[in-house]
Amino acid sequence: MSRVANSSAASPPTLAMHARRITKVYQGTTALKGVDFNVVHGQVNVLIGENGAGKSTLMKVLAGIEQPTSGQLFRGEEQLHLSNPRQAMALGIGIVHQELNLCPNLSVAENLFVGKELRNRWGMVRHAEQRRRARATLARMGQAVDVDALVQDLSIGTRQIIEIAKVLVSDVQVLILDEPTSSLSDAEVKVLFSLIGDLKRQGVSIIYISHRLEELIEIGDTFTVLRDGHLVGTGVKGSVTIAWLVERMIGSSLAAQLREGAATPAGPPVLEVRDLTVANERGGLLLDKLSFSVGRGEVVAFYGLMGAGRTELFETLIGLRKAIGGHIALTGVALPLRQTIAERIQAGIALVPEDRQKLGLVTGASVRDNLLLANLKRYARGHGLAPRPMEADVARMIEQLHIKTSNAGVAISSLSGGNQQKVVVGKNLLTEPHILLLDEPTRGIDIKARRELFEVLDGLAKAGLTILYASSDLTEILGGADRVLVMCQGRITANLPREQLSEASLVAWSQVTRQEVSARGGTTLAQQEPL
Amino acid sequence: MAQILSAAPGKPASLGVRSLPLLLLKLRAYLALAVLVVLFSSIAPSFLSARNLVIVAEQVAVFAILGIGMTFVILAAGIDLSVGAIAGLVAMVAGSLIAEGLRLPWLGVSAFGSIPLICVATLALGTLVGAVNGWFITRLKVTPFIMTLGMLYMARGAASLVSNGATYGNLAGNPELNNTGFLWLGTARVLSVPVSIWLMILLTLVAVYISRKTVFGRQVFAIGGNERAAELSGVRVSRVKIGTYAISGFCAALAGLIIASRLGAANPAIATSYELNAIAVVVLGGASLFGGVGTIGGTLIGAFVLGVLSNGMVLVGISDFWQTVITGAVIILAVVVDQLQRRVEKSSAERQAKAQEALPGQQA
Repeated sequence: MSRVANSSAASPPTLAMHARRITKVYQGTTALKGVDFNVVHGQVNVLIGENGAGKSTLMKVLAGIEQPTSGQLFRGEEQLHLSNPRQAMALGIGIVHQELNLCPNLSVAENLFVGKELRNRWGMVRHAEQRRRARATLARMGQAVDVDALVQDLSIGTRQIIEIAKVLVSDVQVLILDEPTSSLSDAEVKVLFSLIGDLKRQGVSIIYISHRLEELIEIGDTFTVLRDGHLVGTGVKGSVTIAWLVERMIGSSLAAQLREGAATPAGPPVLEVRDLTVANERGGLLLDKLSFSVGRGEVVAFYGLMGAGRTELFETLIGLRKAIGGHIALTGVALPLRQTIAERIQAGIALVPEDRQKLGLVTGASVRDNLLLANLKRYARGHGLAPRPMEADVARMIEQLHIKTSNAGVAISSLSGGNQQKVVVGKNLLTEPHILLLDEPTRGIDIKARRELFEVLDGLAKAGLTILYASSDLTEILGGADRVLVMCQGRITANLPREQLSEASLVAWSQVTRQEVSARGGTTLAQQEPL
Repeated sequence: MAQILSAAPGKPASLGVRSLPLLLLKLRAYLALAVLVVLFSSIAPSFLSARNLVIVAEQVAVFAILGIGMTFVILAAGIDLSVGAIAGLVAMVAGSLIAEGLRLPWLGVSAFGSIPLICVATLALGTLVGAVNGWFITRLKVTPFIMTLGMLYMARGAASLVSNGATYGNLAGNPELNNTGFLWLGTARVLSVPVSIWLMILLTLVAVYISRKTVFGRQVFAIGGNERAAELSGVRVSRVKIGTYAISGFCAALAGLIIASRLGAANPAIATSYELNAIAVVVLGGASLFGGVGTIGGTLIGAFVLGVLSNGMVLVGISDFWQTVITGAVIILAVVVDQLQRRVEKSSAERQAKAQEALPGQQA
């Protein structure tokens, strides 16, 4: 399966560490299937792949957070057995996590030294020394952050900087950066890149994960592409292009459409959103005057990078987050911004959340109980819940959504990921929504189940249901939607009908640089009317 | 580059307070204490008499000692329901060692230890019981609520088993056995201040030091703030958590000894439901039950609020039954106010966002 794009290097490069035939099996899914990975000494080793390709899992193995089911790690000739992150840290392997891993209640300086506090001989924390080193590290990064500020009072971008600084306060040999730029401004990215250059000169080996292809081409020395847990390509700087990366990432599955686009144009508008604005707890804007409208029976995809605001948009529509400004109208009726989730469901909106296990299902319960959960009131009679209409609805959903289960009484956890997701969809359909929102609907689901799910969605759309889904998976966006709205930094940057879709346009629109966006409508991009 | 970020951290006050209501909310424990003192002393002048103040302080000492241990547990996002029962068990074991000695069945004699030895042994017992709580919670993943609830029953039952339910009525000791002096702990005064109050002061100082200055203390805060982040950063989370329960057990044992010494007697019902007082004291002191937020000083203030409240209500002549109702209401009020503070903080953040939006080109 593995193809080498270019092996121009005459002498084999020195490896800081390498992984051989790493396989990682989680309950139900295999995240990595016999992957080899080389970390070239003093270079930026790019690891790339779509969501769920196994990048983060591989990094967690390298950093000692996860233990591989099989396969070995080596540093030079020596085999490594990393059973916890402390051991990896002692070997100089540091990881900057994708999700922020800071303690909001502690100061910047304290966060930098959590787990590796500087202590004097009586076990006291040397606060003054920690603050001095924190300041020095941040200064080296070109950052003027108050080391005594509490992390909870900092912007997300600054927190990301702190996260990187946390690794750099100690001596690292191998630095793993998992999506480090997802919430950085352009200027901050430049600082990070020059810092990476400095570290390379000091002989630090860097593993770099990102979705931003242009950024990768700019910074990367070697490239490794993963798809569905397999290694599908490696290359070196100079021979690798964006087109090559995209082709490897998406593979042959690009050709296969998940569903036919709607033949007829969309019906009358069902959902109209105007100037929707949502703030986060710290006063930043998650959604910034967002406007769009969706017609009856339309299937619209929201594409964007991490932190673009897709999840936040869906959470706002379902009533989990409260907007601070704007208008939402459903079938022509304005919805008050302060409505609760129950009121929004009543109004006809349903959400299939991103985290199926935590937010979508009651994992201990049966298929039947999960299907009926959102809708119990409808079966309530004077003497309790009426079994007959309940059974009828359960049977109807299993039939309509092709849920593969021996009977409705089996535990939901015994179903495959794809069928579990269908149960979540079914649960929401029983509330009889006008609009179905799906956040990353096929996360952790294989290609076949993905196609089945989209067949189901296609049938629902033909029956008049309006479907909105968010995804950062290009295959899913290109193959499933009638229309794509591209989001970036809480705004919609492009409105692309099916005919105009290409991976290049999606990638380009999702990467509108921060300066242009933050210039408040000062550029053509930000001014483009989404509809 | 530096200028881009410099806007964010330049917060004015060290408290991070943006408005007057928020400041009042943050200082609520101090305000509540001041209000109570003024209220009670104006209704019952005897409230401020030296004699009464010592009574209040002695009551406060027990609450504070239990609360300080509980603070560590709660800071690490745990809970310890077993502290009252541990106090009771320790009191009974100490009572039995003083009154009956340690029976050595195969020799047919009883060994009597000196008071310092008995105190050290029983404090170690309390610490051990706390560590057992922590071990089950971290290694066997029993939720803290269930584990310490179970331990509440077990320790309370064990306290009765020590004497088969009987009370040890005289803990003065016997000069011939060289085990007198236990009553010193609860009744003596040093520089005209009761020993228990000195112990409270000492424990407070040590606890402040541990929580602020030691690696252990800072890791407790880190775990409460974001347990996963702490774990990924190499903090030995289980070990630190076990440590918090052990501290709580130690404090409970100390409280148990003080109570028994003050009474001059030990019975199996000592300190019943004191775990609730301990939690109340921590919550009144401004700690969050979600962990990561709280101070030893706050807990001390919380103990004074609860102590002043219960003493004052007696002096003012409020009936027993109403005292219980009012105490409960005050605890709920404390949590409601805590939530109120969060909401005020959130809405002021939203206001800021709106204000920022109004200023074009000011986004960081």
